[in-house]
Amino acid sequence: MLTNGERRRWIVGGGLALALMAALVLAAVVPLLVATAGGAEARSATFDTYIWRVTRFTLLQAGLSTLLSVALAIPVTSALARRRRFFGREWLVRLLAVPLGLPQIVATLGLLAVWGRQGLVNEALLAAGAGYPVSIYGLPGILLAHVFFNMPLAARLMLFEVERTPGEYWALAGQLSMRRSAVFRLIEWPAIARVLPGAAGLVFMLCATSFTIVLLIGGGPGATTIEVAIYQALRFDFDPPRAVVLGLFQIVLTGLVLVALKCLGGRAEHGGTSGRAVRRQEPDTALARTADGTAIALGAAFLLAPMAAIAVDGLRADLLRLLGEGAVWRAIGTSLAIAFVAGCLGVLLALVLAAARHAALPLAMRHASARAFCASTGAASSLILLVPPIVLGAGWFVALHGVTDVFALAPVVVVIINAMMALPFVVRVVEPALASHRARTGRLALSLGISGWRRMRLVDWPGLRRPLFVALAFAMALSLGDLGAIALFGGQGTTTLPYLLLQRMGSYRTADASGLALLLAIVCLALMTAGSLGTREEERPW
Amino acid sequence: MVNQMQSGGATIVLDGVELGLGDFAVSFDLDLPAGGLTAITGPSGAGKSTLLSLVAGFERPARGRVALGGHDVTRLGPGERPVSMVFQENNLFAHLDVGTNIALGIDPSLKLGKADRERIDDALARVGLDGYARRKPGELSGGERQRVAIARCLVRRRPILLLDEPFAALGPGLKAEMLRLVAALHRETGMSVVMVTHEPADAQAIAQTVVFVKDGRIVADGNARDFFARTDVPGLAAYLGKNDT
Repeated sequence: MLTNGERRRWIVGGGLALALMAALVLAAVVPLLVATAGGAEARSATFDTYIWRVTRFTLLQAGLSTLLSVALAIPVTSALARRRRFFGREWLVRLLAVPLGLPQIVATLGLLAVWGRQGLVNEALLAAGAGYPVSIYGLPGILLAHVFFNMPLAARLMLFEVERTPGEYWALAGQLSMRRSAVFRLIEWPAIARVLPGAAGLVFMLCATSFTIVLLIGGGPGATTIEVAIYQALRFDFDPPRAVVLGLFQIVLTGLVLVALKCLGGRAEHGGTSGRAVRRQEPDTALARTADGTAIALGAAFLLAPMAAIAVDGLRADLLRLLGEGAVWRAIGTSLAIAFVAGCLGVLLALVLAAARHAALPLAMRHASARAFCASTGAASSLILLVPPIVLGAGWFVALHGVTDVFALAPVVVVIINAMMALPFVVRVVEPALASHRARTGRLALSLGISGWRRMRLVDWPGLRRPLFVALAFAMALSLGDLGAIALFGGQGTTTLPYLLLQRMGSYRTADASGLALLLAIVCLALMTAGSLGTREEERPW
Repeated sequence: MVNQMQSGGATIVLDGVELGLGDFAVSFDLDLPAGGLTAITGPSGAGKSTLLSLVAGFERPARGRVALGGHDVTRLGPGERPVSMVFQENNLFAHLDVGTNIALGIDPSLKLGKADRERIDDALARVGLDGYARRKPGELSGGERQRVAIARCLVRRRPILLLDEPFAALGPGLKAEMLRLVAALHRETGMSVVMVTHEPADAQAIAQTVVFVKDGRIVADGNARDFFARTDVPGLAAYLGKNDT
């Protein structure tokens, strides 16, 4: 509940935020459209084949990644749901959240250390006399990395849903002496199936717009996604027309996926566990215990091995020498500054959009325009999904090159893109927090005549401080680990920690790269942990 | 319009007030005298709380007029009406201590003089919470929190007190005690008190008048003593669970 003045101010603020975001996106998309309309002669048969091949590969790897991630998440979920009590279970469930917070470039290094040519798996295979080593480059590596990131995500979404099942169901299953297969079919599977479309859609979306992983272990003509092709077109071949066509392709593709997702029943919502003690009573057998134990152990090893490799290799690197380098400190400083500004901007945008939406909601019942406003403020936070960072960056690149020094604008561009990248996640923290805060305090503040600045200071800031800091920590972690916008715009002028890491990898200074990866992982995980300490499970966006 | 009377109530008039809320519409005509103690009752979803919200200003009527103490307040916000309200829950800001929560009733910017602090202590003493000023709401029981909310209404000195089922979550003994407190404060201050309740016993215990709401309309009103024995009120028997209708 707000006074009319407050309502008006928030709605105007939300309108301004919407206009700003629309302007930013149009500034990227319009140049793309104009450039395609003008550059029709650039289209040749080889060009077409190239684009189709890249698009086909993008869809193929995203489809396969989704299938594998979801299929492998089901046994892990079901085993974790059955085994309620074993040493380290709580940590294992938390472990599922870690890959999402790990910068992709860092995780990829860890995966290379385990599955790469000189990795643990190949050395073990060679030692065992099994001839040809596993090759991580190309499609298998991309799938492996995508499963590393998305299997735990899907498992978390499913596990939340299974654990929300009323305790009486399990008691009933015990009473009726249901066997393992019946329990899965009648209780676990229906819960999993509820979140399956949403989870699969989310994973597909993340894989279809994956950039860092494909850049590092894909590449080559046979294994390039649209995002990486855009990057190569701009940074290596300097072929803006190609980037333009690819960019538009990407928007159409993500647009189609978003529409399909909407039809599939929207995104997966995890409501969190009820906290009620679940006691499962179905008959247990040695075979069942072995099967569950194997699923859990394999899943844990798959997730832990690359993380352990990052830690071990990082500690082996000469961290003290690295920390003595001016370039490293400059990169850390740049990264933190960009992350802080981008984080603040993202949280501010999220707050303004959420508050404007909340302010307009009571009017939506009567006015179609208010309904449209509410819908736009809701959709605006997901805009970056439709126009992914690389496409946004490519559009601005095309618009700005020739007009000004593109690379001098790098910090600004990266801040804006990182802020918009964080928005879908940040909104998921801010929006529910604001709604429950308003429900708790709205009528009371209004009836006591507390409004405007006084209300912000006395009521809103103390009530919203915590979720806003949580959102900031998450946005900063996301920005710190990002290697998308900076890959397009980074260079001599602006070097962030991930970009420095990429440079060291490129010049084969592997030990340096390992050390930097460990530093980056520690900073990002520290931020994520700081965020999750202040929240309950169901309030977290990850 | 803010009436700063020490004591005394104000008339409450709803004149042809209509409001649509999605697929639910209400239409109220009401005329309550100054200084009365009225219970609003009826089935859940009948519009009891909406009626209170219209008086308090949380809802604005699409048609009709709201007049309090003889002044048209239809266009005024909740903070500008001569009304204090106690909700079922969340009456206190959890991050502010009890004394500050009450102080907000005197001045929302919390600029307080010595006399104001004494008033806060007096109000706390009056609701039986002497010396609780420094406590946080989280340390209090549900009943104690509602007492603090009532103490704030005392220092606000607005002539109309609205109670939206504030004791519904309390046990029978505690509830009876709170009802006695409300009745006593009503006698002392002469405020107009309007209380929403779905318990006929609550209405009979302290109210002078009962207003029966059903399907978004006021169906009947009358003296609280014999109201629930009446047979001429449509829907009352079903509400009370008497099957001989």
